Amino acid sequence: MASFKMSGILLKHLFRKAKTVRYPSEKKKMFPRTRGSIGIDISLCIFCGICRKKCPTGAITVDKPAKAWGIDRGRCILCNACVEVCPKKCLVMGNAFAATALTRDELRFRVEQSPVSA
Amino acid sequence: MGMRTIIPFGPQHPVLPEPIHLDLVLEDEKVIEAIPRIGFIHRGLEKLVEKKDYQEFVYVAERICGICAFIHGLTYSLAAEKLMNIEAPRRAQFLRVIWSEIARLQSHLLWMGLMADAFGFESLFMHSWRIREKILNIIEETTGGRVIFSSCKVGGVRYDIDNDTLKRIVRDLKEYEKEMRAVGDVFLKDSSVRHRLCGVGVLSKEEAYRLGAVGPMLRASNFAQDLRQTGYCVYGELDFAPVVHPDGDAYARCAVRIGELYQSISLIAQAVDKIEEGPIDVKLRGFPTGECFVRTEQPRGEVIYYAKANGTKFLERLRVRTPTFANIPALLKCLPGCELADVPVLVLTVDPCISCTER
Repeated sequence: MASFKMSGILLKHLFRKAKTVRYPSEKKKMFPRTRGSIGIDISLCIFCGICRKKCPTGAITVDKPAKAWGIDRGRCILCNACVEVCPKKCLVMGNAFAATALTRDELRFRVEQSPVSA
Repeated sequence: MGMRTIIPFGPQHPVLPEPIHLDLVLEDEKVIEAIPRIGFIHRGLEKLVEKKDYQEFVYVAERICGICAFIHGLTYSLAAEKLMNIEAPRRAQFLRVIWSEIARLQSHLLWMGLMADAFGFESLFMHSWRIREKILNIIEETTGGRVIFSSCKVGGVRYDIDNDTLKRIVRDLKEYEKEMRAVGDVFLKDSSVRHRLCGVGVLSKEEAYRLGAVGPMLRASNFAQDLRQTGYCVYGELDFAPVVHPDGDAYARCAVRIGELYQSISLIAQAVDKIEEGPIDVKLRGFPTGECFVRTEQPRGEVIYYAKANGTKFLERLRVRTPTFANIPALLKCLPGCELADVPVLVLTVDPCISCTER
């Protein structure tokens, strides 16, 4: 009967496992392509600054003299543009989301290349 | 004849996902007239073409609307490609069609949930969104994002989907179709839902055409017009007919959107069958010049992009006419004569996307 269509669905789901994920004890499954957060292998970086120029929101800072690379995760829109243009392929898109923070400063990430010992 | 009162409806209202304001002139409980006001969330995205170059602007275009994100990006890319006299490779065209239809699926399922919520059917709302979650997982698996795809670019697409994954997606979608039919049947056959929707806000075929209604709003008034029939991307090679309904009421709009869910799954299956091997993007040379119009079909109806370029890397002007904007006159025609309690349902039958409208 037409009026009992919903009851059928509800009864079926009453005896099934929950469809929701019990966060934080249970984590959602991430896919290999999931755009979670940008990471860098700083030892490969040549500080060319192409990622900074291509970033649509201006989240990336590249300091060539200090050999430092930084990203403001609060501005990053995870578009993957920097990863695609990186000539040394040192930027990677990780599939885990960046941790939350209480202040904007904590979202700024900066890493310096340690001087290569001769 | 009762006393006339004016009830403000919105911009903050439990049923509205986005802010639109309507001044409802009531006589007792009956709506006599509705006066709309929009402009609460204007963001000036069109002006950004002067700051972001033509390739970067795809990211902005996608953010005009969170629900039809992919099709905004696609339409902008089509406009930029037209200005540069290039065409995306065949495989990219097929992938664009597949992603467009997946976007339509998630948008219509979202709408079904909101609609169920509007007429107070909470469990139906949950079940519509349970199915939508599975579609979002397909989007996340193939593009990396759940709402903003970021998979379309000027000259092609940014990600490829391998053929095995495509076939698996079609198999999964056929499975989900059974669940969609179960939930869709509740919308179409349940007596309490029919009682809320049938005969409410009737829009005749002539009125819908005259007021410039677009998308499911127009097709629900028995006017078979779907921009996908113009054959952009590879829609011309796929077999489909616009979903229409003769009644023109809230129920008809519901039926059209539910019919389009199954149509989208069929279109994805056809596109996967016909997809060709090959590159997914072309190399861009030079900058866009000239001006053009591009029209595509979004989940909510026809979107028009006007772009004007002057040979530099920045476009000179971009104008977006979104489907909700075109549907507001039709909504105002539907409202007079209905009960105050039907207003939320009628506003939702338009599938209002105010962020889109105000850009």
